[in-house]
Amino acid sequence: MAAQIYYEDVEAGSELPSLEKNPTTRQLVQYAGASGDFYQIHYDKDFAQANGLPGVILHGALKNAFLGQLVSDFAGELGWLRKLAVQYRGMDQPGSKITARGKVVKKYVDGQDHVVECEIWLDNAKGEKTTPGTATVILPSRAAR
Amino acid sequence: MANKIVTDEVKKLIGSQSQPRTFEIERGAIRRFAEAIGDPNPLFNEEQAARHTRFGGMIAPPTFMRSLGIEFLDVKVSANRVLDGGSEWEYLVPIRPGDRITVVSKVADIRESEGRLGPMAFIVAETRYSNQFDELCVIQRTTTIRY
Repeated sequence: MAAQIYYEDVEAGSELPSLEKNPTTRQLVQYAGASGDFYQIHYDKDFAQANGLPGVILHGALKNAFLGQLVSDFAGELGWLRKLAVQYRGMDQPGSKITARGKVVKKYVDGQDHVVECEIWLDNAKGEKTTPGTATVILPSRAAR
Repeated sequence: MANKIVTDEVKKLIGSQSQPRTFEIERGAIRRFAEAIGDPNPLFNEEQAARHTRFGGMIAPPTFMRSLGIEFLDVKVSANRVLDGGSEWEYLVPIRPGDRITVVSKVADIRESEGRLGPMAFIVAETRYSNQFDELCVIQRTTTIRY
C-alpha cells in the first residue's frame, strides 16, 4: 500500500494517484463468477453481437469496482470511503487500457470528520470519460493525531 | 404528455419492499471478489496484514455487496432491453468475514424520460445492508434503465 495521505496533504484540484487497469475477457469471466452476474453480453461474443453490441462489454459493476479501488487506495488504512457514486455513460470493451482518475473538488471539517469530496472517472484508451462519478472520503488529520 | 411505459399502475410500485434476506459473509468470497476485480489491498485479501490495521482484520471491498446475489424487485414495464445506469453507495460500518448481513431492497423511484431510442424507464432500487448487531452498514441506490 502507498504511504498514507492526510487531510492537510490535499487541496481542491489535487489529483488522486491514478490506477491503470487492463481488463481481459478472462477477467470478465472471473468477475461473472465472483459476482454472480452471468448476463451473456459480458462473455459470449455472438450473444453480445446479436444484441447490437460491438462485442463483449465490461460489467458496469466491474467499472464501479475499479473506481472503488481508486478511492479506497486514496483513503488508505486510516481513511474511510463514505460515499461512492458512478454513472455508466459509455461502454468499455476488454483488451484495451482503462485508467481510473480523480481529483479533489473541495475539503472541509464536519464535526470530527475531515472530509474530502472528489470527482472521479474512468478514461478509455482514447481518453474518453466513459464512467464519471463522485466520492466522499474521510481522511485522517495530522492535527487530530 | 402521458407516460408511455411508466404508467400509473407501474408507479404504484414505488415504495414496495422486498422480504429481508440474510447472508453469511465468507472470507473466501471476499478474497475471490478482490481477486476478480484485481484489487490487491491487504484489507481485502490478507487476514494477517489486515489484523495490524485499525480495522483489526479483513473487511469487504466497496462493491462486494454486488456478489450477494440480491435480486432487486422486478418492475414490469413494456420494454425488453435493460441497462445498468449506475450506483450510489453510502458506507457507514465495515462489513467483515463472519458477519450475517440482512438485506432489504425497495423501489425508491420509477420515472420515464424520452431517449434517442424511445421511452426509457429509470427504476431506482434502494438496498440497505445491516449486520447482526442491527447496525446499518451500507446503503446502495442502483438505477436500472429499461427501454
